Amino acid sequence: MTARRRLLRAAALLGFLGLWQALTAWKVQAWVRFDHLPTVLEVADALKVQLGTAVYWQDLADSLRRISTGFALAALLGVTAGVLTARSRTAADLIGPVLELVRPIPAIALVPVAIMLFPENEQGIVFITCAAAFFPVTVATRHAVRAVPPRWEEAVRTMGGGTGRVLFGVVLPGALPGVVGGLSVGLGVSWICVISAEMVSGQYGVGYRTWSAYTVLDYPGVFVGMATIGLLGWATSGAVELLGRRLTRWLPAPAPAGVRA
Amino acid sequence: MSLRLTARGLSVGHPGQPVLRGVELDVAPGEVLTVLGPSGCGKSTLLRALAGLLRPTGGELLADGRPLTGPGADRALVFQEDGLLPWRTVRRNVELPLAIAGLKRAERRAPVADWLGRVGLDDHGERLPRELSGGQRQRVQLARALAGAPRAVLMDEPFGALDPQTRAAMQQLLLAVWQKERCTVVFVTHDVDEALLLGDRVAVLSGGTLAALHEVPAPRDPSADRSALRALLLAQYT
Repeated sequence: MTARRRLLRAAALLGFLGLWQALTAWKVQAWVRFDHLPTVLEVADALKVQLGTAVYWQDLADSLRRISTGFALAALLGVTAGVLTARSRTAADLIGPVLELVRPIPAIALVPVAIMLFPENEQGIVFITCAAAFFPVTVATRHAVRAVPPRWEEAVRTMGGGTGRVLFGVVLPGALPGVVGGLSVGLGVSWICVISAEMVSGQYGVGYRTWSAYTVLDYPGVFVGMATIGLLGWATSGAVELLGRRLTRWLPAPAPAGVRA
Repeated sequence: MSLRLTARGLSVGHPGQPVLRGVELDVAPGEVLTVLGPSGCGKSTLLRALAGLLRPTGGELLADGRPLTGPGADRALVFQEDGLLPWRTVRRNVELPLAIAGLKRAERRAPVADWLGRVGLDDHGERLPRELSGGQRQRVQLARALAGAPRAVLMDEPFGALDPQTRAAMQQLLLAVWQKERCTVVFVTHDVDEALLLGDRVAVLSGGTLAALHEVPAPRDPSADRSALRALLLAQYT
């Protein structure tokens, strides 16, 4: 990234924080009211205090563990389901209708199901996180697999390649760019759902801590939680994007800015 | 070692609406058969059927007299374009048939280097297909098809997307390679001159049937006069 773009990005972030600080410090009231919201400096102070506590890091680790378990499971199951439904008519007939029926249900609405299904809260939260990411990954994989040009597979089959070679040597790498898109979307939904599930049924975790700060009217604490969620989400989706770009380096490079008409 | 490919009353496609109807062909081992015809005449379908990717709906297909049951490493397929796996480097594309055949990494190195040299791409092994020109990509496809030591090579308008100069160079390269390998070649084209330059025989496909089959006088002899057959083909072709 060029120095100019880095500078622009930093300026945009600082501008956002500055605007927030101005609106809250001056307690602006113009239909929307900023007088109850904590200022950036108050939130920063609260964050500084929390960074020194073990509970903060414990919460962070809990949330990260839940999302990485749930998301990894969703990636595995979603890619499998997507490939199966795209490649096999029987599989599409067998699991397609159930998938389409369950897909519109928001994962967070599965909280009662999770509570009834699993002996522990922990597993329920992972289940919800997994369910959230599963569908975007499945749908993206299914489309990506169908879009793989047939001649790549024909080439490998005429070299004597069997089903396994076609699957792992052609279908999966060929569908990877689309799968990465699904993983990216899935991770976003996963964060929404892990935080929501923690708020509803968690013990520990960033979502739980954010909600309990609200219930004791600790508004800077609420914002510390939100900022933490934002940073974690940004970092993890950045990691997925980076990994995706590493794995799909063979794609044609996008036209550099300024060349396009 | 080259393969005899035989089609007896071959029909392919939907039973009510076949793409190919009653095609009779016998390609001798080591022969170069060029298949000429306009778009939509069933050329590619014939090639895919020979490759074992399409099942006949009527008649039969034989390889060395035995019924063809599916695709196999004995018949390599070369596409007009985009046949390379774009995430594999040139070297890893060329070694693919060897990897599929179960050769170890060390055993693949020499034949792959040899083939890259023969198609003039020694120093392009670590490039990705998208970093090559169209002609270079077809060189890679040719090397990849032949690296697996197939007994027949099926080529679907392999030079059809190239400019005339590159195309002429590729035809010479193909001839040079074939002189050594002597595998059976079925070469689909819509260019009469290309069909005459490369083939022992020229088959003309029209509307899904075999319209004519001609012997090329003095095949691949650059000094031979083929103007009579050329005129005949041009008349049949259009």
